Amino acid sequence: MNPIFTSGPSLQHRLALALLLSVALIVLDHKFNSFSSTRVYLNSLVSPLQYLANLPGEMLNASAARLASHQRLLDDNAKLTLQATLMSEQLQRMTFLQAENERLRRLLNSPVKTNTRKVVAELMAVDNNPYSHQVVINKGALNGVYEGQAVLDENGIVGQIMQVSSTNSRVLLIADVTHAIPVRVARNNVRLVVSGTGSLDELDIQHVPHSTDLQVGDMLLSSGLGKVFPEGYPVATVTTIVRDETRPFAQVKAKPIAQLDRLKYLLLLWFEETPGTTSESPEESVNP
Amino acid sequence: MIFKHYTIALSIICALVLQIMPMPGFVDLYRPDWVLLVLSYWTLALPHRVNVGLAFIVGLTLDILLGTSLGEHSFAMCLSIYVLAANYQRLRNYSVWQQAMVMGIMSAFYNLILFWLQHMLTDVYFLFTYMWPVLSSMLLWPWLFWLLRKLRRQLRIN
Repeated sequence: MNPIFTSGPSLQHRLALALLLSVALIVLDHKFNSFSSTRVYLNSLVSPLQYLANLPGEMLNASAARLASHQRLLDDNAKLTLQATLMSEQLQRMTFLQAENERLRRLLNSPVKTNTRKVVAELMAVDNNPYSHQVVINKGALNGVYEGQAVLDENGIVGQIMQVSSTNSRVLLIADVTHAIPVRVARNNVRLVVSGTGSLDELDIQHVPHSTDLQVGDMLLSSGLGKVFPEGYPVATVTTIVRDETRPFAQVKAKPIAQLDRLKYLLLLWFEETPGTTSESPEESVNP
Repeated sequence: MIFKHYTIALSIICALVLQIMPMPGFVDLYRPDWVLLVLSYWTLALPHRVNVGLAFIVGLTLDILLGTSLGEHSFAMCLSIYVLAANYQRLRNYSVWQQAMVMGIMSAFYNLILFWLQHMLTDVYFLFTYMWPVLSSMLLWPWLFWLLRKLRRQLRIN
């Protein structure tokens, strides 16, 4: 039965109120960022929905893993053993080089670099919001994740933590329009800033003078200048350079090294932890 | 029966889950606006229970789930639901196919408002692919309408 006389304010008043509230929220949230602390609780509040939405995919993955053939497991095992052998050889050399590097740095009186704490996280969901590139991972404030933390995959830098909730958190990818990362060219240490274009396999390098020594194929490493990303991790390779003299700057495009459309396991890095505290870390953290 | 009292809430929760469920990229482009469609049905069927107020809350939840700045989805959702709630008597008399057309227009309206808001806040550019949900929402409406009406009639929700 429809009541003839509706209770409460009229529809127009409700609309006006709701729109005013929305605009106020947008301004407060976007311009003044006043909800950054409340967001943790809000995100935790809705995270059951995210787990629910992730369930079918998880179940499919689980059943696929259960049905994996014996032969494929053997193949995988052989491949991984080979990889582990190669890696451990590199690791042996690495420890030697690290010791040598430390000694040389001492000689130069430069600060010795310490190992940072790392945690492996797994991808939970990819956002379907077409206007931004974000993913959700399964580690949150309870694991010590903080806003602005660097996120890597096995190839290179993926992005940074944008919002944290108690058990999961949201990563802004380097390909997002609103993201930029300071880098340097591995070959000659030229400093640049790489910003996202909104497309997953293209990054944009802005404000490059025509005379900059930059070549196609140059590897771009994070420079650590923004105090967000640690120094020396691969970010992108330069793909095209258009030096059109009628324009104020050269137009340079790059391709991210991390495979942003094929993320599965991600690595969280703790930037510049105070030296000597690397030993205290939960059991899932990896300390080389 | 306890289920009866929560049907509206449960259907909206289902829609939210479907809206954020991870999908392969190709299917993702055609994801219909589940939440908008379900809210629209309840607005047309029971405008005294579901209208702008609930649209605001659900829009806000969507904002949190999708990581957009708070208020964007609620703004678009409130405007779309308002149009439906103001014209529910006329829209109820349309055939399902005419309603599907109207829902397509509402979905376009909703997605365009979202795009404009996003465009004002960040520098995103318009791609035609942003409009595929309009088509899929239009095609989904008759089935969703049939399903929810069956649910509403069997459980006698009013």
